[in-house]
Amino acid sequence: MERNLMKGNEALAEAAIRAGCKCFFGYPITPQTEISAYLAKRFKQAGGVFLQAESEIAAINMVLGAASTGVRAMTSSSSPGISLKSEGISYIAGSDLPCVIINVQRGGPGLGGIQPSQADYWQATKALGHGDFHLLVFAPNSVQEMVDTVTKAFDLADEYRMPAMILADGLLGQMMEPVTFPEVTAKEIEKPWAANGHGNKREHNIINSLFLQPDVLEKSVKDRFERYAEIKEKHSDAELYMTEDAEVVVTAYGATARVAKAAVNMAREQGIKAGLIRPITLWPFPVKQINEGAKNAHTIICAEMSMGQMVDDIKLAVNCSKPVEFFGRTGGVIPKPSEILDEIKKYGGAK
Amino acid sequence: MTHDILLAGFGGQGILFAGKILAYSGLMDNKEVSWLPSYGPEMRGGTCNCSVCISDNEVASPLVNEPEILIAMNTPSLEKFVNSVKAGGTIVVDSTMVDATVERTDVNTYYIPATQLATDNDLPGGANIILLGKVFKETGIVSAETFKKAIEKVVPAKKAALAANNLKAVQIGMDYNG
Amino acid sequence: MAVVFERPKSFADIPLHYCPGCTHGIIHRLVCEVIDEMGIEGDTIGVCPVGCSVMAYDYFTCDMIEAAHGRAPAVATGVKRTNPDKFVFTYQGDGDLAAIGTAETVHAATRGENIVVIFVNNTTYGMTGGQMAPTTLPGQVTQTTPFGRDPKLMGYPVRVCEMLATLTGTALAQRVAVDTVPHIREAKKAIRKAFENQRDKKGFSIVEVLSTCPTNWGLSPVDALKRLNDEMIPYYPLGVYKDGNAFPETEKEAE
Repeated sequence: MERNLMKGNEALAEAAIRAGCKCFFGYPITPQTEISAYLAKRFKQAGGVFLQAESEIAAINMVLGAASTGVRAMTSSSSPGISLKSEGISYIAGSDLPCVIINVQRGGPGLGGIQPSQADYWQATKALGHGDFHLLVFAPNSVQEMVDTVTKAFDLADEYRMPAMILADGLLGQMMEPVTFPEVTAKEIEKPWAANGHGNKREHNIINSLFLQPDVLEKSVKDRFERYAEIKEKHSDAELYMTEDAEVVVTAYGATARVAKAAVNMAREQGIKAGLIRPITLWPFPVKQINEGAKNAHTIICAEMSMGQMVDDIKLAVNCSKPVEFFGRTGGVIPKPSEILDEIKKYGGAK
Repeated sequence: MTHDILLAGFGGQGILFAGKILAYSGLMDNKEVSWLPSYGPEMRGGTCNCSVCISDNEVASPLVNEPEILIAMNTPSLEKFVNSVKAGGTIVVDSTMVDATVERTDVNTYYIPATQLATDNDLPGGANIILLGKVFKETGIVSAETFKKAIEKVVPAKKAALAANNLKAVQIGMDYNG
Repeated sequence: MAVVFERPKSFADIPLHYCPGCTHGIIHRLVCEVIDEMGIEGDTIGVCPVGCSVMAYDYFTCDMIEAAHGRAPAVATGVKRTNPDKFVFTYQGDGDLAAIGTAETVHAATRGENIVVIFVNNTTYGMTGGQMAPTTLPGQVTQTTPFGRDPKLMGYPVRVCEMLATLTGTALAQRVAVDTVPHIREAKKAIRKAFENQRDKKGFSIVEVLSTCPTNWGLSPVDALKRLNDEMIPYYPLGVYKDGNAFPETEKEAE
């Protein structure tokens, strides 16, 4: 298969089309605008709908409309825009609709900055909108993985009738790396629930998140959480790198995991038994894999481009059985491998 | 084997394009590569830089903090990055644009009046590729043959004149002895 | 024996939750009659608002989607763009369409989105208990304008049809009422025209229906109809504000 260099944002957009995405609704914001620009052009040839909405709020509701009819729909934005989409995402989750949402994160809060960040971890994994619900959250760390993740996100979203988010960041979106596009056969998933015109052949379908009877609403939420339990069981994912004998493990996802891997390599060259645990799914959180990767470690370092939003999840994953130290840069500052190496050394010596 | 390369200058000097050609050259040699435009706290004042990694193995961090090779196309870039270059590394300076000199003795520094050479040879905007030629000659990270393949890949066939200009520019850089 | 009156097929045979004297039932019925007459129930997708008609998805027997407050035109856009051969309508109240959903309404119209919008204007937020709406008349007493709407403090009502008629993407902007039989017949014609516009790909069609809210107005159903005629129609004159084709070139291509 031919390898080509592509920007993360463009590769992701191309992969979406190959995954059977039929429409994209978006609103411009840095650093993800290449996705819109690419799809505006490509959908024309590939056959699909590109529409620039009047707002993030409208865009996510257009996704809700398209997804209601059973087609694969996507939107993308960056942090402040995702906040605006949160209303629609809650409705999509409450209506049991599948879709894919891209967040190419930038610094916050507020207007923040336009440089890479991972400060939307809490938002993505804990609180993207009101109500009891989850999204599938994927955290690719390379351009190739962005491509591979898009198909998976669409497939799982359809299978479990829920929104999926790809939590990228400005670095992954803007960088170019070699990429190949595997032959994708988008999963054909029956959608008998779709509101696409009943053609007088079935009862009418209603796409809805309103349940005024508390017991009915409770049941609908509980049913959803049963699906979540199955997803947790089957679909959590993480990469373990040199963890087998590691005494200090770094946990990091996305772009930070790239920097952390460089630091682990440097530590190994210096004879320090360091390893890396890289969560690939942030929800479901890879609890099993983290325990496996940290089994011989006396210290876990959680490295992030935020003020430590993943730290508590790591602590819970290992049941506070060992110290979880935090190292992070935020506001758009990308940590250096040498900075993470210093952290590894700081804890690597002490037992 | 991993090569970490940083290209830096003003916006408009073709920093990103030169980086892209470099990355494609690595791709033509079946290496792992990454290309990252200035996208960190260092981006300010109209300067532009680009990190390129070419490696036999998976590229870990795509952000080049300590380059093995620095291409500097203006004085602020040289001043900013000169001390980050690894000992034993290579610095290639466009001496038409940069009046400073490198005082470090633990790096190999080459001065080439790339912008002037580009003007003299009627290759507008070709200084970036002339500098690449110099890098190839002094470090051997990319062969002339690989570079040619990369140019063919990046420059569309209908712009043959552009491809020819790039090949001419890289040759000037490789031939320059100063 | 000839049948002279029956429930439209696309109007579900279940009790409505609306208050006595509310005109939502009439407006639902008109939409259903048009759907039946055009024979498009199986090809129609409706989008409900948040407000009194939030549960209208139970009453229309075509496929239905419940949207977030004010977002129905965006949801309808997503449906129509991916299903251009289906009929798509939204059914929205005044708070939904002209306050929280103003941006969605205006932009769906200016894009010439080929959808039908049924806009029910009763000058109040009914479901939440009668607060000031964007269409509440000057001087009108509501829960949140206990001394009457004072334009100096709360601004003026929005005249939606007049506003949307200025946009090139709007094909039809017509205001009707359901207080009298002649008005109801006129309203049905307008709704039919809106759906025919969609069939003919003419662009955005909105039918604003002046409606009543006896409960929150504190009037009997009959007095409420009288208020509609005496107070609302003078402020919101009935009529066609725009009737055309947002995309005349498409029509030429078709020929």
